[in-house]
Parts: sequence; C-alpha cells; structure tokens
Amino acid sequence: MSRHVVVLAGGLSHERDVSLRSGSRLYESLRNLGMEVTLRDVDSDLIPWLVETKPDAAIIALHGGRGENGAIQGILEMVGIPYLGTPTKNCRLAWEKNIAKNLVERSGFTTPPWMSLSHNTFRDLGAGALIDALVGYLGLPLMVKPQHGGSALGASVVRAAGELPAALVGAFAYGDIIVVEVFVDGVELAITVIEEADGARALPPVEISPSSGIFDYESRYTAGLTTYFTPARLSDEVAAAAADLAIGAHRVLGLRDVSRTDAIAAPDGTVHFLEVNVSPGLTETSMLPMSVEAAGRDLGELYANLVERAIGRAGR
Amino acid sequence: MTGNSLDQHMQRYAQRTNGMRASAIRALFAVANRPEVVSLAGGMPYLKSLPLESLASEAAALVSEEGLVALQYGSGQGIPQLREQICQVMALEGISAHPDDVMVTVGSQMALDLTTRIFCDPGDVILAEAPSYVGALGTFRAYQADVVHVAMDDDGLIPEALVAAIDACAVAGRRVKLLYTIPNFHNPAGVTLSDERRPIIAEICREAGIAILEDNPYGLLGFDDRLRRALRSDDPDNVIYLGSFSKTFAPGLRVGWVLAPHAVREKLVLANEAATLNPPVFNQMLISRYLAKFDWLSQVKAYRHTYAERRDAMLGALQMHMPEGTTWTNPDGGFYVWVTLPEGFDAAAMLPRAVTARVAYVPGTAFYADGLGSRQLRLSYCFPTSERIVEGIRRLATVLDSELDVMRTFGTTMSRPAVGPASPSPDTA
Repeated sequence: MSRHVVVLAGGLSHERDVSLRSGSRLYESLRNLGMEVTLRDVDSDLIPWLVETKPDAAIIALHGGRGENGAIQGILEMVGIPYLGTPTKNCRLAWEKNIAKNLVERSGFTTPPWMSLSHNTFRDLGAGALIDALVGYLGLPLMVKPQHGGSALGASVVRAAGELPAALVGAFAYGDIIVVEVFVDGVELAITVIEEADGARALPPVEISPSSGIFDYESRYTAGLTTYFTPARLSDEVAAAAADLAIGAHRVLGLRDVSRTDAIAAPDGTVHFLEVNVSPGLTETSMLPMSVEAAGRDLGELYANLVERAIGRAGR
Repeated sequence: MTGNSLDQHMQRYAQRTNGMRASAIRALFAVANRPEVVSLAGGMPYLKSLPLESLASEAAALVSEEGLVALQYGSGQGIPQLREQICQVMALEGISAHPDDVMVTVGSQMALDLTTRIFCDPGDVILAEAPSYVGALGTFRAYQADVVHVAMDDDGLIPEALVAAIDACAVAGRRVKLLYTIPNFHNPAGVTLSDERRPIIAEICREAGIAILEDNPYGLLGFDDRLRRALRSDDPDNVIYLGSFSKTFAPGLRVGWVLAPHAVREKLVLANEAATLNPPVFNQMLISRYLAKFDWLSQVKAYRHTYAERRDAMLGALQMHMPEGTTWTNPDGGFYVWVTLPEGFDAAAMLPRAVTARVAYVPGTAFYADGLGSRQLRLSYCFPTSERIVEGIRRLATVLDSELDVMRTFGTTMSRPAVGPASPSPDTA
C-alpha cells in the first residue's frame, strides 16, 4: 500500500533556509521511490491540515526552534500522526545543550568543561567579574554558542579574554542563554546513528576539515570551503570510541530513529561530545547524507524504512 | 585518502567569484517572506492596484493578434515602438532623446551590468554615494571594479566630497571611470539630489573626465508630484541614463532601458546581444500596449498616493517608538527610509534578534563596499500596509530595547565579530 508522508520543512527559526533545502532533498529522495509525499511548511494552517488530511506519517526536516525542541513532535502526538524521530519529551533533552552535555557526561563520556549562563546572570552579577571568573575557571581558548540551535549560528571561538564580550553578544542575539565551553583543538567529527530492526548503530563518521579552520555557517553551506573525509581518518580505537559516544548519547538522551552527534577527537585520542541533533541536516553539504552514502545505503530508502518503523510503532 | 570538498570545480572558478559564499545573515532573509514576519526589507512594489483583469485580456490579445512576433526572437536593441514610448516617458523629466539612443534591457539591472562591462577593467574605480544600491555594488564587484564612496547629506551627493574623492584617487594614481548615482529618492538613503547641486555635479564630472551613470528607477514616484530634472537633460554627452518599468509598472516583466550617447549605445547593443541576444519581446510588447492603451500616469499617481500614505505611517511610528539618538531620513518619494541607530548598535549582528521578533530589515553594511554602515539599516514602506508598518516598527523598537540591554551589560565599545556578507537576495534588494 502506498504511504502518504508529509515532510515538514521551513518554519520560522533562524535555520529556515537550511531546513527548506533539507526538506526538498528528502522530498525528492522519497518521491523517487514512488512514495506519495507532501512537502509542507509549518504555519497556522498546519494542525487543521494534519487533522483533515491524516497523512500516514510525518518526517520533521525542521532545524532549530520548534522542529528540534519537541513542539512539533508534541503536536503530531496530539493529533495522532506517527512521525519519524525522537519523542517530544526527549527532544528537549537534546535541544538544551547544557542538559545534553550533562547527561552524556554522567554516562561516562567526555565533554569539554562548560558553563551555561543567561544574559540576566551577566547583567545582574556584573559582566566584567563574571567574564574574569569564566576565563579563570575554563581557561582559553573557548567556544561560545547559543544554548539552542545549530548550523553554528551565533557560535565563535574566543582565543583572548578581550574577545569574549563580543562573542557573548553575538551568541545572545540568538537567544537569552549561552554555553561557554573549553575549545578542544582536534579532529571535528559528525557521527550519525540510525536505529532499525537490529538496534542503534553508528554509520561511518565524517571528518570535517574546513579550509578556514573554523566550521562556521559559511564553511558549512558553501560547497568547496570544507573537505570531508568519510569515513574519518581515525585509528580503529578512536573510531570505535566515536561510535560508542554517538550510540551512548543516542541512548542516554532517549533519542529515536536517527540522530547526529557532533564531537571532537583530541590528539590524545579522547573523543569529546559537543552536541547532538535530533533533526540532522540533509542538504547537499550536510554530513548525514555523506555517512549514509559511505555505508552503502540510499537516503530515500533509509528514511522510507524509518517511516515504516514509525507507522509500525503506532500499530497501523 | 582523498577528501571530498563537494565542489570539483573549486580550483577553476574565476577570481570574481571569491565573495560568492553562503552567509548566515543572508539566510535569515528566508524568514522575511513569511506572513508572520513584518518585512520592512524588501523593495517590492505594491502591485495590488494594477488592473490585473484588463492586463490579462491585453496579454491574451497580444498572443492572439501578434503572437508570431511577440514569441519570436527580436532586436538586440529592443522593439522600436517601445523605444519611442520610452522617450516620451523620459520627456516627463526633461530628457530629450532619440529612440536610436535607447536600448531596452532585462531590467535596468542588466543595463547596469552591461555599462560596467564595457567601461570597467579590474581595479578601475567607480564613485558611488555612501551608501549605495546593493545590486549595483554586486555588479561592480563582479567586474572587479573598486567602489569609492562619496558622502551625501539631506540634499544628496555633496559636491565638495565628490571633488575630494576625485582628487584622492588622482593622488593615489587610481583610474576613475564612472560616477554611479541615484539622484531621486535614493536607494537606500531616501534622499534626493537638490536642483542646485545637479549642474554642479555634472560639471565636476565633465571636467574630471568621469562619465555619470544616472540610475533613476524612482523618478516618477515623488510624493509632491514635482518632477525633478534628470542629470541627463543638461549633459547628454557625459551621462548614461538608466530607467525602469519595475517601479512604475511591474518588476516581474524585467524591462528597463539605458539611454546613452550614440557611440556608447553601439557598444551596449553588442554587449546586450552577447549577453541575452535580445530583451524579451513579449514583455516589451505588453508594456508597449500598456503605455498606449492604459491610463498609466494615473496608475503611477495611485502608486504615489499609496506610498506617501505608507511613508507617513513609517515616519510617525519611528517618531513614536525609536530610542533617543536614532535618526532617519525623510523621503519625498520612492520606497525607503534610512535609519541611523545610536552609537554601539550593530544592525547586522542584531538581525537574528529581529527575526525572532518577527520583523525584518536590511542591515546598512549591505549598502557599502567598504564595511561601513554597521549602525544603519534600510526600512522599506512600499509593500506592507500602513498597519503592518506600524506593527513592524513597534517590533523593531522591542528589538532595539533588548539589544540595548545586552549592550549595557557588556559595554558598547566592543568590536563585534564579523557576521559575513549582509546582502539580501536580489528580490529584496
């Protein structure tokens, strides 16, 4: 029986542009398999449309905001549409970067030391003293990023204490809470985990080597500015540690179907957890499709299988 | 093991592609088109007052009556009848021109491209107002010309600043080819070159051997119904004039024109043929019928009335909501208000906060080739209704409040991290 799948993409987050590209690629991949697919934006007509149309399943290709914080997942649960991906309550654990780091660290994995702070804290306790305390506690260099969201928006590397105020202001433009963590200089990795009938397993990790040295928005979405190695050029031990970390994060945070963990392999072989994405990018320059291809899989077929699992979970 | 850069042509691109990169700021404009967002960013004309049903009948008649011509290749210079009508349009602004010296282009943007193409070698200097039209800066960059900005005030380009810029270029051994100027209802600054300064600017350029590229898309959209005399009117040999139907009729048809001295026009036609073969014949013929059969001047008057009302709404809302120390221009026509924020604000860095608050604008840095304009932003009042404009300004005020709060926390003198190119996509330029 042909399934009707809705791919949700767009939305109003800062990552709308990336989401539209992810959604479009997924739409094409599934249509090529002969599936009935609707590519749909998220707006005030969405809920009535879902109720009336009753698609067999939904895939959330939204990045940032409601697509990753559990809001859309909750709506789908309320209107009874099976969906691919992490349940609403667990999305929040991954969405809050400091909570994800905390839970992953408690499970025995390594993550760079960090502090999560609100703008109110800086304002009320004095930015100068707090910045001094931060640098004294975490040292330099540091990575500053918004608590929420991806695509490196609002993220910057701070190598001198004097750069910290500007980096904080840049991150606060994306939200009221930021994460400041120790910057680990090493091999940047993206490890995709997929969960099928045989359980969760890691796909070949992607090694990211931006020509500028920083994997910022420009390096992510301008083809040619970053070189990717899939699988990453890692020793067997480090590759296994990276896979363990990604599967561990997937499990401890209660993620489902698919996730992508961003990590750094330090020169000493330690793999540090940075953050995890419940709705990984699927654009032409995104890492999940590279891993899928390196695993010898077809992106459309993989997502079609995951859709069937989602429908099966709902007992349909 | 060889990595994959995802672009096997990376080593083959021309140097002029160096700035063609993804930009976080540019990506934020994807949200601007959503109805939840009040977009004060786009320079899109308000087309709802066009007589769409009559135009549909006219387009159908064009196909049935003249389809074999309208759907065929055409002249690289444009169809003669439209060029004659363009001369009549330009006569409204005091321009006396022969249709032979007019060339129709794919929007005046193409005319801008072709003019730069035939005049500028890499490293040549183009003088342009500070700030200047983002689409022109992109074209100049594509031809590797260097833009030197010239200061403006409420009366437009400052003659003394123009002389100083020309002298500075001469001292530096730089070759200045063109002065690019938007004399009427400037994009983005909203100001108009005063009548007194027009002959002075023309004379300065003539004496310095610099051709003037006069870009006049908004000339007929003055709110006082007074038509300003074009620079081209008094100096036909040294002024290349660009006109457009995008603001007075419909931008989707992409029809503009260039009026140039005969020898320049000949080169432009060859360049136009090399670039596009010919401008779209169907669109030219539709516009020709529109000019001949419709009361298009009344339509322009209706546009003026709509835009004036919206300008008033924007200026009133700015007066009511903007924080102390904010200044803005008071346009007598066109589409834009140019806002300067108090010291310490960075309009590009603030844009994510604005998107969260569901309001969009274009950061000022997009309108400078030299990185200036961080405290400035362009607001457009042409497309949203007055009510939406007021709501948008109210939202912008909350954004400024939040930004000010953060600036007070961290100090206002920090140097901000670079946020990348702030240029919007062409549809919002």
